[in-house]
Amino acid sequence: MAASSVISSSSFLCKSSSSKKDLGISSFPKSSQISIHRCQKKSISRKIVSVMAPQKDRSPGTTGSVKTGMTMTEKILARASEKSLVVPGDNIWVNVDVLMTHDVCGPGAFGIFKREFGDKAKVWDPEKIVVIPDHYIFTADKRANRNVDIMREHCREQNIKYFYDITDLGNFKANPDYKGVCHVALAQEGHCRPGEVLLGTDSHTCTAGAFGQFATGIGNTDAGFVLGTGKILLKVPPTMRFILDGEMPSYLQAKDLILQIIGEISVAGATYKTMEFSGTTIESLSMEERMTLCNMVVEAGGKNGVIPPDATTLNYVENRTSVPFEPVYSDGNASFVADYRFDVSKLEPVVAKPHSPDNRALARECKDVKIDRVYIGSCTGGKTEDFMAAAKLFHAAGKKVKVPTFLVPATQKVWMDVYALPVPGSGGKTCAQIFEEAGCDTPASPSCGACLGGPADTYARLNEPQVCVSTTNRNFPGRMGHKEGQIYLASPYTAAASALTGHVADPREFLQ
Amino acid sequence: MAISQQFLNPTLFKSLASSNKNSPTPFFRLKSTSTTFNFKPLTSSSSATIITRAAVSSSDSGESKSRETFHGLCFVLKDNIDTDQIIPAEYGTLIPSIPEDREKLGSFALNGLPKFYNERFVEPGEMKSKYSVIIGGDNFGCGSSREHAPVCLGAAGAKAVVAESYARIFFRNCVATGEIFPLESEVRICDECKTGDVVTIEHKEDGSSLLINHTTRKEYKLKPLGDAGPVIDAGGIFAYARKAGMIPSASSASSASSA
Repeated sequence: MAASSVISSSSFLCKSSSSKKDLGISSFPKSSQISIHRCQKKSISRKIVSVMAPQKDRSPGTTGSVKTGMTMTEKILARASEKSLVVPGDNIWVNVDVLMTHDVCGPGAFGIFKREFGDKAKVWDPEKIVVIPDHYIFTADKRANRNVDIMREHCREQNIKYFYDITDLGNFKANPDYKGVCHVALAQEGHCRPGEVLLGTDSHTCTAGAFGQFATGIGNTDAGFVLGTGKILLKVPPTMRFILDGEMPSYLQAKDLILQIIGEISVAGATYKTMEFSGTTIESLSMEERMTLCNMVVEAGGKNGVIPPDATTLNYVENRTSVPFEPVYSDGNASFVADYRFDVSKLEPVVAKPHSPDNRALARECKDVKIDRVYIGSCTGGKTEDFMAAAKLFHAAGKKVKVPTFLVPATQKVWMDVYALPVPGSGGKTCAQIFEEAGCDTPASPSCGACLGGPADTYARLNEPQVCVSTTNRNFPGRMGHKEGQIYLASPYTAAASALTGHVADPREFLQ
Repeated sequence: MAISQQFLNPTLFKSLASSNKNSPTPFFRLKSTSTTFNFKPLTSSSSATIITRAAVSSSDSGESKSRETFHGLCFVLKDNIDTDQIIPAEYGTLIPSIPEDREKLGSFALNGLPKFYNERFVEPGEMKSKYSVIIGGDNFGCGSSREHAPVCLGAAGAKAVVAESYARIFFRNCVATGEIFPLESEVRICDECKTGDVVTIEHKEDGSSLLINHTTRKEYKLKPLGDAGPVIDAGGIFAYARKAGMIPSASSASSASSA
């Protein structure tokens, strides 16, 4: 729904009038922008059989039996809108499989739903809505607490099946339903399935694209509309392809990959577009690493990110849900608006310097930057593997951190893993033990935490103009609280290394 | 008017299809196997309208209730103004659909701007802004999907944003809520205007708009709204969907558009 169409009107070619005459449709005016495919058989059909944007390297079709290639995203949206074919630029009504909301936007979304559909209205499907309080939870802020109460009321009234409630704010473990950060919880609870359409009232909903589905963020009004109808009006995005090949170096993580890409194309480089990631490196990534990659698609302006599902995906998903699903894949002859190739074996750890996610720099070139604190957490960098990575580096270094190091597991499950899972190569120690030995803060209650600042009493909030290395996703002015705070976005390895040196540090100092 | 109408009401397709041979037409898609147009209002499965910019501009006959002329002071911003600068996340506890919360959001609009910007969009102690038009650079509204961003600007009294380009979710939220008009400039107006300049935004018959800066005596052509036009004209996604027959009329007394 862009004011300026992503596909320029020149992509709709107008064939010369002579070919139109060959087909005997001379009554078509020249100003018509319908492109007509020349039939290669002897008998020429006079019917308009297919009207679409011609693909550059595609030979003219005949009677529609030659299929036009579609990208993964196009296929997902076509199926969800009950069409056999869509092309970028189409405005279509799409059926929604899952709608997610949280404590910040949920009250507003439901408020709009009731205002527009009536006080007695019922949601379109109480089993397709997932309500996950996660943003402003562990705070004394009355309005924040009120919002969770409001969501509880709505969920009761509407019989919402999946409401991961929290009532005891003093002890997160006392809440059996509470999960934590919505995007991680969605995956862990089996709500992410290949081929589906997942919408959420949060910009990082694109994280779920790691599962080979169409997942994107929407506002309260759109969500209110979906609550009532189960549909949304979407414009089909064109796809940018990112092919990452090569063996992933041991000191590199998915966060480095996405920061590399955003630095390459800028914060508006993928606006309104799909970012499709493939290649041998992608295939070697775990689901959590793939989630990190797709999570920051929105930081490049992207509409959604996708990764083709494979055995890794199916293994993860089938262990968590019994809902049937059908993955789709980009056709060989699909059209992409851009192709980027990376030899990952040549990449180095990077950071995004203040104050933009595309302000990329090599970590080793920032080693003179003195820092005040380190934050490891959020949907981007607060998953189990993120903490395992940080713990691995701390253990390899055998030193203590030089600055306050805040750890905020994304969900209850992650918190439990931090305290229960042994870190490989550490002789059976858990992340929690290693963190304690390194002098980090005790892992905190799982939530979005200080990633976006939040109420003044939020744990680890930047309340002074300090320099912070963070595994989060944005570093615009004021993002973590104080307007003059300086945030360096980094991978868990880089964050841990920086904590040990008290400066922005390249993890190779401790990992090789 | 043909284009907007058929976009709003798929059942109009049938009557227009036969008359399209002799007049400039929008794109429309036909299934190779269907000889009849089967339009179901809820799924519109066989129709996908692709409106070219030229087609929109030639047929817009002025169903432009919401396309009023805006006149007032402008507030100038630069590139990549993200949602946390528009409304810091700490105010995210306010619920935009509650009128009192919405008013409060207005009072905090653009509170997150760094010191680089000398003027305050809303003076301390005030609830509304004296600026009606916000001028921005590239990628305006990047960051979060939180609707608090366009809502606070609308609540503060701003009528339109004129930016070089928008981030997707923010633009979409402007269109869906009807809170503030998102317009696109063709040049970097933000480099040629200063906060406090007196401007007028006029909407022309061909669908495009014009920004007139009375202080510098310069005019700038703005881009037509494109596919978002019909939704904005209707007054937001709900009003648009009602016109298209996708949802029934509101049973509550509140009006559909939140502006």
